[in-house]
Amino acid sequence: MDSTQKLKFYQKGTLTVGNRLVDEASRNVQASRQRSNSLTCGHRACQGCGEALGARYAIDAAMRAAGNQLIAVNATGCLEVFTTPYPETSWQMPWMHSLFGNAAAVASGVAAAMRVTGKHGTRVVAQGGDGGTTDIGFGCLSGMFERNDDVLYICYDNEGYMNTGVQRSSATPPAARTATTPAIGAQPGNVFGTGKFVPKIAVAHDIPYVATASVADLHDLEAKVTRAMSFHGARYIQINVPCPLGWGAASHDTIRLARLAIETGLFPIFEAEYGRVTHVRKIRKPKPVSEYLKLQRRYAHLFRDGVEDPRVARIQGIADRHIEEYGLLES
Amino acid sequence: MIQVRIHGRGGQGVVTAAEMLSVAAFLEGRHAQAFPSFGSERTGAPVVAFCRIGDREIRLREPVQNPDILIVQDATLFKALDVLEGLSKDGFLLVNTARGFSDIHLDAVVARIPAGHAQAVPATELALAHISRPAPNTALLGAFTALTDIVTLDSVIAAIHRTFPGKLGEANERAARAAHDLVSSHIAAGKDTADA
Amino acid sequence: MLEQIEGSKAMARVIALCRPQVICAYPITPQTHIVEGLGDLVREGALQNCEFINVESEFAALSVAIGSSAAGARSYTATASQGLLFMAEAVYNAAGLGLPIVMTLGNRAIGAPINIWNDHSDAMALRESGWFQLFAETNQEAADLHVIAFRLAEELSVPVMVCVDGFVLTHAMERVDIPTQQQVDAYLPPYEPVQVLDPADPISIGAMVGPDAFTEVRYLQYYKQQTAFDLIEDLAAEFSESFGRASGGLLRDYHCGDAELAVVAMGSVNGTIKDVIDELRAEGMSIGLVTLVTFRPFPTRALQQVLAGAKHVLVIDRSLDPGMGGPLASNVDLALRNLLSPPAIHSAIAGLGGRPITKASLHRLFMQAMEKPWEGPNFVDLNEKVVGRELHRRARARRSGPAAENVLKILETERAAAFQARIETAE
Repeated sequence: MDSTQKLKFYQKGTLTVGNRLVDEASRNVQASRQRSNSLTCGHRACQGCGEALGARYAIDAAMRAAGNQLIAVNATGCLEVFTTPYPETSWQMPWMHSLFGNAAAVASGVAAAMRVTGKHGTRVVAQGGDGGTTDIGFGCLSGMFERNDDVLYICYDNEGYMNTGVQRSSATPPAARTATTPAIGAQPGNVFGTGKFVPKIAVAHDIPYVATASVADLHDLEAKVTRAMSFHGARYIQINVPCPLGWGAASHDTIRLARLAIETGLFPIFEAEYGRVTHVRKIRKPKPVSEYLKLQRRYAHLFRDGVEDPRVARIQGIADRHIEEYGLLES
Repeated sequence: MIQVRIHGRGGQGVVTAAEMLSVAAFLEGRHAQAFPSFGSERTGAPVVAFCRIGDREIRLREPVQNPDILIVQDATLFKALDVLEGLSKDGFLLVNTARGFSDIHLDAVVARIPAGHAQAVPATELALAHISRPAPNTALLGAFTALTDIVTLDSVIAAIHRTFPGKLGEANERAARAAHDLVSSHIAAGKDTADA
Repeated sequence: MLEQIEGSKAMARVIALCRPQVICAYPITPQTHIVEGLGDLVREGALQNCEFINVESEFAALSVAIGSSAAGARSYTATASQGLLFMAEAVYNAAGLGLPIVMTLGNRAIGAPINIWNDHSDAMALRESGWFQLFAETNQEAADLHVIAFRLAEELSVPVMVCVDGFVLTHAMERVDIPTQQQVDAYLPPYEPVQVLDPADPISIGAMVGPDAFTEVRYLQYYKQQTAFDLIEDLAAEFSESFGRASGGLLRDYHCGDAELAVVAMGSVNGTIKDVIDELRAEGMSIGLVTLVTFRPFPTRALQQVLAGAKHVLVIDRSLDPGMGGPLASNVDLALRNLLSPPAIHSAIAGLGGRPITKASLHRLFMQAMEKPWEGPNFVDLNEKVVGRELHRRARARRSGPAAENVLKILETERAAAFQARIETAE
């Protein structure tokens, strides 16, 4: 296949795209035997963990872009806990965990140390879950952004505090049941009209690069990490990573859910450079949100006794607004 | 050990005055300690600063409660707080005012300390004339060297130049010299105020 | 070279001579002049090869330092009071990770009620964080302790806090001997980390440790502190040899040898205490002083040695644990309890929230300790009348209002009346 041709994959019956369909140069980092395998096997993630998958692809892509000269700083959370049960570690790279809320600041410090010690080729990545990023670590994240420190921050967004037992974060979507937004009472699940979408806030900092990505499209995820690594200064990527445990979904549905999050418009995929959106991943034919919601027990209260709760329509409204706002529909 | 207390308002250079005085003493090879009264300083608010000068290491850290010399950079403070508190009976009093001590109702206070120990100096006017800013601190330090022999005028001027380099330092030097000369002439004439 | 210089500026100059590579700056009174001074030195080019980072909070200040220290750069920050508490989580983290960060603490009270003035509440609040804590008596010592602190921190791979009384020292201008770059370089070798984030030799730092190993990791932290006493003394001796003056060490003894009453205190109040002791000794009183420089690790053995002969030990705390009393007194008590004939411990709480500790008050306090010793903490210069009125108000009404505002109101009324009376007598 001519590598200049724009690739589109509309296969049926499978949710992944095989590398065999593309020429060698376009194959992903994971397909290469030269991949750094920075997050190696043997860790303690749950079956079907979207975060483990996303981190593996993201970090290896960043490693390749940095010529393996990369240091990672991790916020407290699932990724930190399942990769480093003392005295073991899954990280085949220099890796550090300090606290829940300070990964961006610690990474700023590492980047400063690289500058001052003349190791200009060594790059820095910070990573955390949505709780560590959009809530408790938000002050440090915004500080790192506004100083334009040379750090790529990756947020693995699984829409809640999964490590502590599935509690609501500011990235938890409306109506989702969590341990702190139980599906009881007149307004079951998380309330509407709350929460925040940090990629938009990151764009508002006018930093060099902001993107959203998904484990449903690993080629795109790697391409975005690679693109991010081509910039110096503060960069941010938020990756949608389904959590089978927290979402109440089957382990084998992780990719299906991530893809539905994109195709319903609930999780818009876009890129922005220096404060302006530069690229949006289009949707060929939007899927109804109910298809996405029904696969997850955190939304089970919306479909009790076979009756669709009116709140499903409100969630559909959110998806429709995203489609309009970001121009997600393929013309 | 000599203890000096300086009262004024935020923006008048009260703390800087205490610091310059300590530098002047340091330049003469003496030990000196200057420190402010540590408020959230705001322009116009009452400010106090202290200076101790001695021939041995100064270990004492308490605020100056019984000053040997009291410098008042703003005469309106007499109505606001007990500026004179603790002034020793042999103490010196230096007040920034263009009026006489009787006009600002300080006759009784002046009478309590030895004759010749109180001087009123129009330091703000001198500062406006020489620095074009109502910062009376350097003029008062010049006056201080005429009223007492704790530090010399030369040392104060050297301290002024360390604090204000260049033209500003020269202007402040002129203010200090003018105040020094004025107070010297008062003392020679046995007067204690500009209009007395 | 001897200079007449503000304490904060002197510290900034000496910290710069220590060649810090990363400095994290966030303003909080009264430490601000230190980081401002360092910022000037970086901009002027006097301090080269240094990243001066303006961060968005104290939590970020120490977090950035954690990252830069772990990545091999000599790292410094400064804070005070609420700032130290805001970064508390990172304070413990830096100690647990064993990162040799040096931090100046411009000692200040902790609210509520909000108060910007000097006491030791901040340092005491985090005394169990695992940091070494050194207290400066003068601005000369405040400056010198930073040189010693970097050396100590890097030899042991521990963070060190240099505690400097806010305003009393940070804003005081006095004589300080600023060492030369050659002197500092000879004393303080370049930073060679024991652990470092390096792609050439990748390691993981900050793993989760369960019950199977947590005690051992903690014990090693304790071991490191408890075996540091000789090193602290050696570094002070070497400092004195290289720089020609005494700074640092575990503690200093002022006439304790024959003293019946020994006072124990930390920080700038020691100068005032020495003046009082000179006067009392001239009057024939058997009194001495222990100036505690190293508070963490707590020099139990050194204290036992110096206080073995005292009948009475008077501990001056500049902070208060409302549920217990003076933290320093508790520590001293524990250190001396098992001596064969332990001295009686008398606790005094003084100088809270910037209240001056005057010679007159100390004079009274020391006399009282000899003549009429007390039980429990003695609140020096407590305005009992005001306290009594407020207690009475509370007893009368359920909704008695906020204590701080009530006390201020009582004081202001009294002050105005006294001032008015004075003016009337004068006229």
